Amino acid sequence: MSEATAPKIPVTVLTGYLGAGKTTLLNRILSENHGKKYAVIVNEFGEIGIDNDLIIGADEEVFEMNNGCICCTVRGDLVRIMEGLMKRKGKFDAIIVETTGLADPAPVAQTFFVDEDVQKNARLDAVVTVADAKWLSDRLKDAPEAKNQIAFADVIVLNKTDLVTKPELAEVEARIRGINPYAKLHRTERCSVALADVLDRGAFDLDRILDIEPDFLEADDHDHDHDHHHHGHDHHHHHDHHGLKHYHDEEMQSLALKTDKPLDPNVFMPWLQNLVQMEGQKILRSKGILAFHDDEDRYVFQGVHMMLEGNHQRKWKEGEPRESRLVFIGRELPEEAIRQGFESCIVS
Amino acid sequence: MKEFTPAPDSPSIVSVTDRVKPVALGMGVTSVHFLGDRAAFVGGEENVALVDAGGDVAKVAVHSGGILSTASDGKRLVMGGDDGKVTGLDAKGEVTLLATDPKRRWIDAVALHADGAFAWSAGKTAVVKSCKNEEKSIEVPSTVGGLAFAPKGLRLAIAHYNGATLWFPNMAATAEFLPWAGSHLGVTFSPDNKFLVTAMHEPALHGWRLADNRHMRMTGYPGRVRSMSWSAGGKALATSGADTVILWPFASKDGPMGKEPAMIAPLQARVSVVACHPKNDILAAGYGDGTVLMVRLEDGAEILVRRNGTPPVAALAWNAKGTLLAFADENGDGGLLEL
Repeated sequence: MSEATAPKIPVTVLTGYLGAGKTTLLNRILSENHGKKYAVIVNEFGEIGIDNDLIIGADEEVFEMNNGCICCTVRGDLVRIMEGLMKRKGKFDAIIVETTGLADPAPVAQTFFVDEDVQKNARLDAVVTVADAKWLSDRLKDAPEAKNQIAFADVIVLNKTDLVTKPELAEVEARIRGINPYAKLHRTERCSVALADVLDRGAFDLDRILDIEPDFLEADDHDHDHDHHHHGHDHHHHHDHHGLKHYHDEEMQSLALKTDKPLDPNVFMPWLQNLVQMEGQKILRSKGILAFHDDEDRYVFQGVHMMLEGNHQRKWKEGEPRESRLVFIGRELPEEAIRQGFESCIVS
Repeated sequence: MKEFTPAPDSPSIVSVTDRVKPVALGMGVTSVHFLGDRAAFVGGEENVALVDAGGDVAKVAVHSGGILSTASDGKRLVMGGDDGKVTGLDAKGEVTLLATDPKRRWIDAVALHADGAFAWSAGKTAVVKSCKNEEKSIEVPSTVGGLAFAPKGLRLAIAHYNGATLWFPNMAATAEFLPWAGSHLGVTFSPDNKFLVTAMHEPALHGWRLADNRHMRMTGYPGRVRSMSWSAGGKALATSGADTVILWPFASKDGPMGKEPAMIAPLQARVSVVACHPKNDILAAGYGDGTVLMVRLEDGAEILVRRNGTPPVAALAWNAKGTLLAFADENGDGGLLEL
């Protein structure tokens, strides 16, 4: 039946504080010779002018869902636009949603989880945040939106690196890592990043939560971001390596949990559900790969605020360490309580 | 489709599938309306296919992009497109450009009044053009989800976030606001002008009794309600959104307040579209698995019009006399049934 078999259209959410270079990146994506057509949902018409693509103006209307969950907000305009776009299926290959500089990415992301019809036709691919190397450090201090966008990101394009000195660059990267060590970070000038690094990332695809190791960059100039951590051995990076300072953002942090002992699914699942119910406003993103007691399959999950989705992914491979790893990114996370709760899920 | 072999799961149901005239529309279809005795199947983009009772298909280009919204009074079809245009189409196949949004924004909703006035919306703005060609507009607090004219007088209901606005375009008085938390996407007046019902973004309807603005919560749907149809005389409101047709009673002055809806024509598939017969107490229902049934409201007796096993039924309509039923699935595999 066409309902089930039609491929879902990937949606990339492009965020970034005012002036960071979102439009530059968008124009790069659209003008590159990739043979693909994009439907682009923007807030301001005008600066983008590519004939081949569908450009749709949006109003960024954030609606609360009537389900008693106050952080469960969606972009009402997106629901409507997606419905309209689905009448033109086949006219475009992917969708890019550009948000305003002050927008919170969560309602955009949640739209793709909450709305049945949107979910049937489209899948969230990744949240890409463009950051200004020169000004981000300041914005992280005075603009909560900028911090949100960094915390939420799957991919961070650290732009305008030519406008800062090496120590300044190291500083801003350390600040980003203090908030979100898991996003892929690309240093660019004028947003010249390979399209494969920002599009079709599958960041919300449970099958592609391959590893949730931090993404560290080497602090030398010749780093071209060669996905080293995908090999699964972490012989290279320590926090202080190459003089990379370690920052701890007091408001927004990430929390990683790990155990090589099996978890009890009957304890873990209710604990996780309850945790995101109680602390969902603080938890922006969560991900995990889990090894349950008496279970030959890996279980993977990911979440946005209170919304969780998870599934058995595949059999544990022969010799593969059966470790459970969880990551939470959020503000003022109750670290001690989360650690204790997690410990209590371990089969003793 | 043509030969009749009873499906294993429905051994006893009466079938009229062999009397359906199949219509291959060759385009994705989102709705159908009758213009006289010609069925106008509205495509997802650009075209409307006019099909006469003999089954001949004539395609008419109406928009240069997606067709987002439609309304019909049985003589004329009014459409809004993502090209920023409002167009009209008559039974002869003549297209007229009725309005253009100055910023070429999407025309999200349209409505048609019995006296020839029509309305459309783009973003937060709703515009009414009267039969004397006077244009008036109103801005509501958020994007318009749906429009409907009241059966009496020139009064427009505008569904939006957190409620609906009732507006008399020809009166200076400020519009009346009917609040209810949540996003309201579809809207319809009961034919007796006593109730206003909206279809919400969450799987629920909301209603107001207009005499005293009392609320009617109509919940319990597993999915969003995308199709609402008033039965002959407005005694009941039939809706999609569940795996049965949900029929809310509106015959009494209290409407469905404190009453349970009737649930008829259950299948193992979600109802995607409903269309009540204009004169008799029967309705047609289309399902997510491609099935079309005719159902008697009184006892739920069913007649099979179209077998399952295709994409969801997207379009379903009766002609004004109630002698023709037109339907099509999302992919444009359609049919006409003459009664």
